[in-house]
Amino acid sequence: MLGKTAASLFWMSRLLERTENSARLIEAGFRIALTHSSSAADEWASILASSGAKKNYLAKHEDYSSAKVIDFLLRDKSNPGSVISLIKQARDSARTARIALTREVWEATNEAWLNLKNALANPVDERDLPGVLAVIRQQSSLVRGAVMGTMLRNDGFNFIRLGTFIERADSTARILDVKYYLLLPSIAQIGTAVDNVQWETILRSVSAQRSYRWLNGSDISALSVAEYLILHRQMPRSLAFCYAQISDNLGYLETEYESEVTSHRLVSDICDRLLGQPVKTIFENGLHEFIVEFLAANNSLAAQIETDYNFQDRIN
Amino acid sequence: MLGSDGEVREPYADYKSWLDKEDTKRLHRKSEDAEAFFRTTGITFNVYGEDDGDERLIPFDVIPRILSAREWRKLSRGIEQRVKAINAFLYDIYHRQEILRAGRVPVDLIANNIAFLPQMIGVDPPGGIYTHIIGTDIVRTGPGEFYVLEDNARTPSGVSYMLENRETMLHMFPELFAKIGVQEVSSYPNNLRRSLAACAPLKCESRPVVAVLTPGIHNSAYFEHSFLADQMGAELVEGHDLMIVNGRVSMRTTQGYTPIDVIYRRIDDDYLDPLNFLPNSMLGVPGIMDVYRSGGITIANAPGTGIADDKALYSYMPDIIEFYTGQKPLLENVPTWRCSEEDQLAYVLEHLEELVVKEVHGSGGYGMLVGPAASKKEVEDFRAKLIGNASNYIAQPTLALSSVPILAEKGLSPRHVDLRPFVLVSPDRIDITPGGLTRVAMTEGSLVVNSSQGGGTKDTWVLEE
Repeated sequence: MLGKTAASLFWMSRLLERTENSARLIEAGFRIALTHSSSAADEWASILASSGAKKNYLAKHEDYSSAKVIDFLLRDKSNPGSVISLIKQARDSARTARIALTREVWEATNEAWLNLKNALANPVDERDLPGVLAVIRQQSSLVRGAVMGTMLRNDGFNFIRLGTFIERADSTARILDVKYYLLLPSIAQIGTAVDNVQWETILRSVSAQRSYRWLNGSDISALSVAEYLILHRQMPRSLAFCYAQISDNLGYLETEYESEVTSHRLVSDICDRLLGQPVKTIFENGLHEFIVEFLAANNSLAAQIETDYNFQDRIN
Repeated sequence: MLGSDGEVREPYADYKSWLDKEDTKRLHRKSEDAEAFFRTTGITFNVYGEDDGDERLIPFDVIPRILSAREWRKLSRGIEQRVKAINAFLYDIYHRQEILRAGRVPVDLIANNIAFLPQMIGVDPPGGIYTHIIGTDIVRTGPGEFYVLEDNARTPSGVSYMLENRETMLHMFPELFAKIGVQEVSSYPNNLRRSLAACAPLKCESRPVVAVLTPGIHNSAYFEHSFLADQMGAELVEGHDLMIVNGRVSMRTTQGYTPIDVIYRRIDDDYLDPLNFLPNSMLGVPGIMDVYRSGGITIANAPGTGIADDKALYSYMPDIIEFYTGQKPLLENVPTWRCSEEDQLAYVLEHLEELVVKEVHGSGGYGMLVGPAASKKEVEDFRAKLIGNASNYIAQPTLALSSVPILAEKGLSPRHVDLRPFVLVSPDRIDITPGGLTRVAMTEGSLVVNSSQGGGTKDTWVLEE
């Protein structure tokens, strides 16, 4: 497989994952804006920070009004992280890697682009927002379903999965990063109403509010929410789950190519050093420090995968 | 569809009896289905200079264009003769140049032609083949009467439409194909691969590695490039995926550089090699021409084939065919006036309103005058251009092109069509896929079929014997 093709598969799935995560964040923010309008501006600011778009946003807008933030995150073509920009780039990547995709995967991606272009052609009215966000998540699911149902389990499939889980780990860690202060028991006023709303928001932004309750009943504590998002191996958006998947896929690649790579060693190191400790230890050593270190390690891993598999021409 | 007597022509008889029982509403619905199918499949093209990823569909018409087996036999014999002559001509023109010595083609037509590549002089392409793929543009003017409009010997495009149009028709009207025997076109990708692999270079040691070279996703024909690579099971590469390693053109894979044996390039000669041609080209591979000359890679079509389909040379094709095959051409050339010659220019200037005048090096239907369809002012403006640079133009009569109905808003309505069959040339055989790309001028009365000018396409049926 061409290095460029592997890169395109990796980025196609990363960017699709990002559209989905973006839709979840907007959904969580919108809920706060509806129910607790006084804290809406703070919430939007933290959502922009989680998606890494705060600086770009402030260069264009002065306040955090819901309509402006939503439009910026969904439709603004000058924002490279808006859903409309992301889906265009994802579809371009799929076109570049067209010969490595099944017809079903290609068509699902192409239709995702066509449908979102259509859904986002005009400013989204608040009344229509839940519907539009559902379409975004659904399009991403359709592509994922086509990948799982039709692709050969070969190197191409592994690069797609790597892109998905690198992006998802990054997203979950960023959400924790922006909200980490809420998870510090000494500062948070446990048991107040606002507090519960904030827990809900964190869980909601990774679509885990229901699964968390299934597992933990009604006890919400900082420690258990953090543990759930970082270490729970059954929770499909937790850091530990993402890293188990990354490790598996790099392992399949090593077997197929009969050659070991540095990135797989990096994964083992991250799993041992960061994800191998109990949540209590993480809190004792500083949750914020943990997240900063994890985000940096996840970035280095992505760069190492790129090097190991010749995504780019190193001479240029 | 109808003969000059107004009766249904014989190849259309079965189709017409099916069509008569069809409801126009259903046909329109099928037509919409086809459009949706093309859009989700991504069979689109980018229009240069248009905004952000807006892609267009080439209009597809659901009424097929039908040729009888007899018409096809005549056509394919004529095309085969022409293609053989073109390859012999290219070999000659880059070696001993006997046709020039014999005075059958003027020397300065070659020497001063930008399509002639001095870098190819004395080079023997692998398998002796210059034009692995040719798309011959044909028009029909009456029963058994065909003219060749153009021999596309560089990188003819449109074959993906031939294949996808058929797929679409099979999908929409399966019952028709059960009723009417239509010859298959689906073996083209396989034949293409076999034909390219048959011309592997000297240094190829095992099963030839074939790659399609594309300028990338922003090229208007990118869909076709990826489609062909996919269907052939070949790699799809861009210039920046390639590098010369140990004297071979190699592609960057996830496991390091691997040599390529045959490259089906969909970029022009000029962009192929910045060391040998345009120095600022980002699309090609620096040094590929040196590898080519040393037998390390096959380039299809060979560099320099453009000299054979140059419009200035077109009028000499009958001589070229006779010179190399010793036979009279089986297919007619359209009568052509060379504006570079004084008496011929005088005739053209006198009859501008009746003629089609084309730029010698132009393509895509740009920069031409269609006399009968032009306004007085357009004719006069063109006259000035023509006088200013006469040798840049040729002129041809407007032929009475045959027409085939399309499904227009208010029902069936005739439109002019041309036909581009696709030819594959290998050392031991010539394959002409029975069918081809029928291009149709979607505007009533128009003769311009180019997709860049709003032309559409139809499925082309060659009936079984």
